[in-house]
Amino acid sequence: MSLLDRELPGVAMTPDNIRTQKLPLVANLGVALAAVVVSAALVLGLGLGNWVLVIVLSWVLYLVGLLYAAGRVEGRRAARNRAWQSLIYSACLLAILPLASVVWTLVSKGASRLDGNFFGTSMNNIGARDANGGAYHAIIGTLEQVGIAALIAVPLGVLGAIYLVEYGRGKFAGTVRFFVDVMTGIPSIVAGLFILSFWVLIVSPWFNNGQPRFSGFAASLALSVLMLPTIVRSTEEMLRLVPGPLREGAYALGVPQWKTILKIVVPTALPGIVTGVMLAIARAAGETAPVLLVAGGAAAINFDPFTGNQSSLALYVYQQAGDASKYAPARAWTAALTLVAIVLILTIAAKMLARRNSLTR
Amino acid sequence: MAKRIEASNVSSYYGSFKAIDSISMTVEPKTITALIGPSGCGKSTFLRSINRMHEVLPNARIEGRLTIDEQNIYDPDVDVTAVRRLIGMVFQRPNPFPTMSIYENVVAGLKLNGVKKKSLLDDAAEQSLKSANLWNEVKDRLNRPGAGLSGGQQQRLCIARTIAVEPQVVLMDEPCSALDPISTLAIEDLMFKLKDRFTIIIVTHNMQQAARVSDKTGFFSIDKTGDPGRLIEYDDTQKIFSNPTQKKTEDYITGRFG
Amino acid sequence: MGDYPSSSTNASAGGSGVTGRHARPAGTGVSPSSYDEPPIGGGGALPKKSRFSMEAGFRGLSTGAGAMVLVIIVAIAIFLISKAAPAISADTVNFLTYKQWFPNDTNPNFGIAALAFGTVLSSVIALLVAVPIALGIALFLSHYAPKRLANPLGFVIDLLAAVPSVVFGLWGRDVFMEPVRDFSVWLNKYFSWIPLFGGDGPFGRSILLGSLVLSIMVLPIVTSLSREVFQQTPGMNEEAALALGATKWEMIRTAVLPYGKPGVIAAVMLGLGRALGETIALALTLGTVFSISFNIIENGGNSIAANIANTFGEANATGRGALIASGLVLFAITLVVNMAARAIIYRRREFRDSAA
Repeated sequence: MSLLDRELPGVAMTPDNIRTQKLPLVANLGVALAAVVVSAALVLGLGLGNWVLVIVLSWVLYLVGLLYAAGRVEGRRAARNRAWQSLIYSACLLAILPLASVVWTLVSKGASRLDGNFFGTSMNNIGARDANGGAYHAIIGTLEQVGIAALIAVPLGVLGAIYLVEYGRGKFAGTVRFFVDVMTGIPSIVAGLFILSFWVLIVSPWFNNGQPRFSGFAASLALSVLMLPTIVRSTEEMLRLVPGPLREGAYALGVPQWKTILKIVVPTALPGIVTGVMLAIARAAGETAPVLLVAGGAAAINFDPFTGNQSSLALYVYQQAGDASKYAPARAWTAALTLVAIVLILTIAAKMLARRNSLTR
Repeated sequence: MAKRIEASNVSSYYGSFKAIDSISMTVEPKTITALIGPSGCGKSTFLRSINRMHEVLPNARIEGRLTIDEQNIYDPDVDVTAVRRLIGMVFQRPNPFPTMSIYENVVAGLKLNGVKKKSLLDDAAEQSLKSANLWNEVKDRLNRPGAGLSGGQQQRLCIARTIAVEPQVVLMDEPCSALDPISTLAIEDLMFKLKDRFTIIIVTHNMQQAARVSDKTGFFSIDKTGDPGRLIEYDDTQKIFSNPTQKKTEDYITGRFG
Repeated sequence: MGDYPSSSTNASAGGSGVTGRHARPAGTGVSPSSYDEPPIGGGGALPKKSRFSMEAGFRGLSTGAGAMVLVIIVAIAIFLISKAAPAISADTVNFLTYKQWFPNDTNPNFGIAALAFGTVLSSVIALLVAVPIALGIALFLSHYAPKRLANPLGFVIDLLAAVPSVVFGLWGRDVFMEPVRDFSVWLNKYFSWIPLFGGDGPFGRSILLGSLVLSIMVLPIVTSLSREVFQQTPGMNEEAALALGATKWEMIRTAVLPYGKPGVIAAVMLGLGRALGETIALALTLGTVFSISFNIIENGGNSIAANIANTFGEANATGRGALIASGLVLFAITLVVNMAARAIIYRRREFRDSAA
């Protein structure tokens, strides 16, 4: 007599009992129907809540009923397997609901002001009872700030990644790598406060007769702090994918290392680097808090990123959301739609590029 | 408790690719059967079909009948998990669970089956490790990670894990291909010992090994790449290695092919 | 990487490799096979002085760029402290324990207690909601869904991570608040005996709303990181579990979850870091009340980051300093959380590399 036979006669399988009953689909549907009926009767009959509660309760009852029915027919282990599978599927459904709601609201509410006026005018001299007003100045601000931020962060980030992959050895490189990862987690508002206390409050008064000055450039600095670690990480990953023999081939021809890196390694990894940069730009374009703190926000068009307040699309959404005018929500949603469109197009393009990248395949 | 396995016209597919073509063979209880043949001839696919591990891979399916004591394991009302408990498997590379200790690895299958009593698990672990000729080497470090053992020890740990759930049949898919000669010898010794309790089917590339350990040998082959594998000859090991009926078998055994 | 020598082997090989090659007399042909490859980290391989300076220059430039990261982190701490210190010394109450926020008064009195409490409470609730769902989706994508469905769905989840937080905040305030208010009223009606759901209203712009919006925002991060670690589970361990007769769920419990555990912990902590620092979504959805209360459905709640965004506009010099001081606290909290998360990931990576 074996151990399993002694302990668990029902569980120990012999060739004669490898067969099991399967819960028929009809029974499954029956349990579902019963769950809905019972919960509807309970909730609506006792006036406990509305249809949402009916759905939630019938879902719970269905899971419990299924666990019980399957447990009777198929055994405990199979029933548990079934229950977890249903829970995992429900998690997916549950997550899709808010996502669908966000997309639907964006499109339905955002479409109302999708006109030439919105993209052609600013908020200058737009009063509370004025239905017009646009986001031209904010789009300018976003483009300039993100552009300058990229100009700062991309060379720095790519060079930093080159250091980590090609030169970095030992403890120092390990420290740098660790803090690059830690830096990806710095909240955007902290980056904004850093630039506020460093650039706006300390450095900018030197150029402005002792007065602190908000500017689009300050926002660029904050955004570049946020972009830097993302770019270093993605570039580092790409550079590591460049095959070693490619470098050796160049060394064997007598090409110095710096030239090999610039002429062979970086161009090979370029598509991947571009993907990472685009993702970083997309993320920076959606940041609100740092722009709010250091660019100040403005209603009028300001092309000069170095002097005077600027707005950005994300900040525009936030400010319109806080505006009391009855026309403000429509402007906020249209700006949000525009912002999401820009960010998603950048992200999707970046991912498409990554998919065609021969290094990562 | 070992059982007879009969395959009749078993064909396995990966999507539209036919990996083996109507294999028929009978494996007697408490014997060691070796499956040999060139790479890609479907030995492993056939082996994985016997305990329904073949269908774990996406788009994999099977045709034909495979019975264990007259019960077709591919009948729709058969419980896959029961089949796999009944027909254990040892893989090509030792694969102890990396997050578990030696002890936990051995009793993993029993715990899955609902055995909770500590004393029982302890007994079972000791018995299985002794059966797998590993007890003396690990009895003082049962709570150390299983991944810390040498390759040969890991493979014996996997064998202990497999026989702990008391299967009737043990399938071995090139169990020694990742091991050194001394560890290989240890596993072969172990197989002789296990033969008293289990039916063993082993896939191997090593013809000396097949000749040494098995009672019967099946030779698989393919005509060319892309064709399904076929069972060319299946007979007593003695006969296959001394006086094969088929020309192809003789060519392979004598090293003229494959 | 392939068979290319890894960093550690080159670290020592650098110097000797260079001198060795230079010691060879010019004109002696070096056959390709005996040519020892120049180490990546070994510095210049060519003897010309001018080239070498280029090499050193480029090397210095990239090292500087790498060091920039450390400089920035240190600079953040220094500048935040330098601006926060005067405000804290002007504070007439204890900064760490006081709950109110009046930094612009002639007698500035402000404290971080209520803000820090709100920050932690909303983040923890957000994670309690998001993590189980995220793990469910991650398992669905890695082990349940057919590939045809898993790939596009994973792509959509990644896109979700890219949606700016201000959009979620706007959606939370304009759309999601209504169902949450109804739900709060219902909770209050039947469960007001639980302190979490007590109070007399008004309901809606509450910790609950902020936390739920936050949970939707951290969901994609936790999902995609966990999915990655689940997918890395060695196939042979999954097969070993199945071959022992495990059901699918039992296979996941024996092979997948234990293997992915450190990675999941790290993913959760990164999600926590994101939730703690989230600004705009909370600024738009919380009721901005300076109190410490476990009631999560009444209008109220506040967080460090949201408070900065909300009150920055009317802050004077001391007010700004006070906000910077609160930002410093947030920086410290997130730094600790992130460093812990990264330390877990690094240890796991070493463990995996040494096992391989």
